[in-house]
Amino acid sequence: MVDAMPIESSRIYQALGSVQRSRRFRIASMLVPALVVVGVLFVGGLLVAIGQSVGYFPLIGKRHLTSSHYGALFHDLEFRKSLALTFILASASTLISSAAGLALALALRDMARHSRLLIALLQVPIGVPHLVMAVALINVIAPSGLIARSVCAAGLIRTPLDFPVLVNDRYGSGIILAYVLKETPFIALMVLGVLVRLGDEYHSMARTLGASAWQRWRYVTLPMVAPALVSGALVVFAFVFGAFEIPYLLGRPYPAMLSVVAQRHFMNVDLTERPEAIAIAIVIAMIASLVAWIHMRLARTLTGVGRPTIF
Amino acid sequence: MVLPSSRTSSRLACWARTVAAIATVGLSLGPVTLLVVTSVARQWYWPAVLPPEYSLRAWTDIASPSSGVIPALVTSGGIALAVTALALIVGLPAARALGLNEFRGKRIVAFLLLLPVLTPPLASVMGVHAIFLRFGLTDSLLGVILVHLIPAVPYCALMLSSSFANFDTDWEAQARTLGASRLATWRYVTLPAIAPGVAIAAVFAFLISWSQYLLTLFVGGGHIITLPLLLVAFQRSGDQAIAAALSLVFLAPTLALFAVAARFLKHDPSSV
Repeated sequence: MVDAMPIESSRIYQALGSVQRSRRFRIASMLVPALVVVGVLFVGGLLVAIGQSVGYFPLIGKRHLTSSHYGALFHDLEFRKSLALTFILASASTLISSAAGLALALALRDMARHSRLLIALLQVPIGVPHLVMAVALINVIAPSGLIARSVCAAGLIRTPLDFPVLVNDRYGSGIILAYVLKETPFIALMVLGVLVRLGDEYHSMARTLGASAWQRWRYVTLPMVAPALVSGALVVFAFVFGAFEIPYLLGRPYPAMLSVVAQRHFMNVDLTERPEAIAIAIVIAMIASLVAWIHMRLARTLTGVGRPTIF
Repeated sequence: MVLPSSRTSSRLACWARTVAAIATVGLSLGPVTLLVVTSVARQWYWPAVLPPEYSLRAWTDIASPSSGVIPALVTSGGIALAVTALALIVGLPAARALGLNEFRGKRIVAFLLLLPVLTPPLASVMGVHAIFLRFGLTDSLLGVILVHLIPAVPYCALMLSSSFANFDTDWEAQARTLGASRLATWRYVTLPAIAPGVAIAAVFAFLISWSQYLLTLFVGGGHIITLPLLLVAFQRSGDQAIAAALSLVFLAPTLALFAVAARFLKHDPSSV
């Protein structure tokens, strides 16, 4: 009896091991199709693009590895201007929509608990494609748009020329405005998610303990919503940094945001411009991935995955 | 008990709430209202604040065969339906593996799936274009469908994995013990349990494909004309009424699908 024990248990371990192996095999086989799609199309595409950006481009007979495309890029005044512009516009859009989204969420907090309609309304702008937002916005802020006409009707200006240029302007105001309109509801929903889930208890407890309105905001509300706010802001930044449609329709051709410059080089009939287009796209991808990585590290403190905007 | 200062602050809060509610309504209904008015406005020149006349000219224009809107609509819809079906077929097993199991390397898998969702696909698509050139997939419907899977598959897998995370596999075991086949178990036990998640993931996959511009332009090479490509062309041509009408056509499935999806959503802002 005593002697038989080790044999029995080793058999059990063997059986357990094979169960474990088949489980691992099953999980792997379920993941394979999705990983093939991401691995071949996203990672594979990225690797080929990196190859081309360092000069490996057999299609036009180039096989010598070189960093000249990146070197040329950073000496190119247009690229440096575009990089700076992209940083400024992405930061401005992110900061303004985060602040506005936070304010919106705080103001709507009580209503959001009872009104399903309100939440549904907030979701609508998220579903509106960026292209459609741009088309609608042009009708409002163009020099002969609705705002200019209203100002004219009020007798403040006489011709469209008197109205400040907000579309295709040097400051990218149209671009920022379009992103703020699209991303403010997104940030507001992320913050509202936390506010509604956590309820009012901490807030009233702090009040009972004699905390002032400022203290309640600074030491109760802000720390609660900060992770959602920051991770939402990073998603917005990574998105705006590489998005194309809005700067294409609302921005200037020179200097343009990086994605627009990359698209222009890529679509050029002259194939020798492609490595430059790809090098720009890789710079965008690297910066956006860095931001996405920071987001993912922060997102671990949140439940679930931050919902990014793609539309 | 109510102090004067708290009364003024509560009045301020009331104002803030009102402004926020108006902003929310304006943000959600403003663009659509404006597009509807612009699409039926006639001779709406400076400085008229409201259109002097209305006409359906833009709508009859886009409905006429010469505008190319109807073929673009069919192309867009066909691509989006194919992408939705493929993204669900590929995404569902991955979502189940991620949602129901703990395994070594899970974090890496989640990271790999999250990367295409969070980073702009510009660089990848340029590489994919070179790969597709070799296989003759550029300028083809299949190529465009495949490239739309880059954002759609990870999105579906990640969204559905949270549906599976709340799913109790004991129900399946019970059905199997009672003699149900694998297919019947999936059809009558698993699918009903995760149906809301599947519906939302399908809606998002459809809309992701439906609203792609750059991926279609690069891989389709101007041969595959979808609605967003046409919309940009019309917008750049300067006819605001047609651009507005086309925007509304482009927006229609978004609004319709949102209305359907809203029925599945519980009252929980975090379950967007």
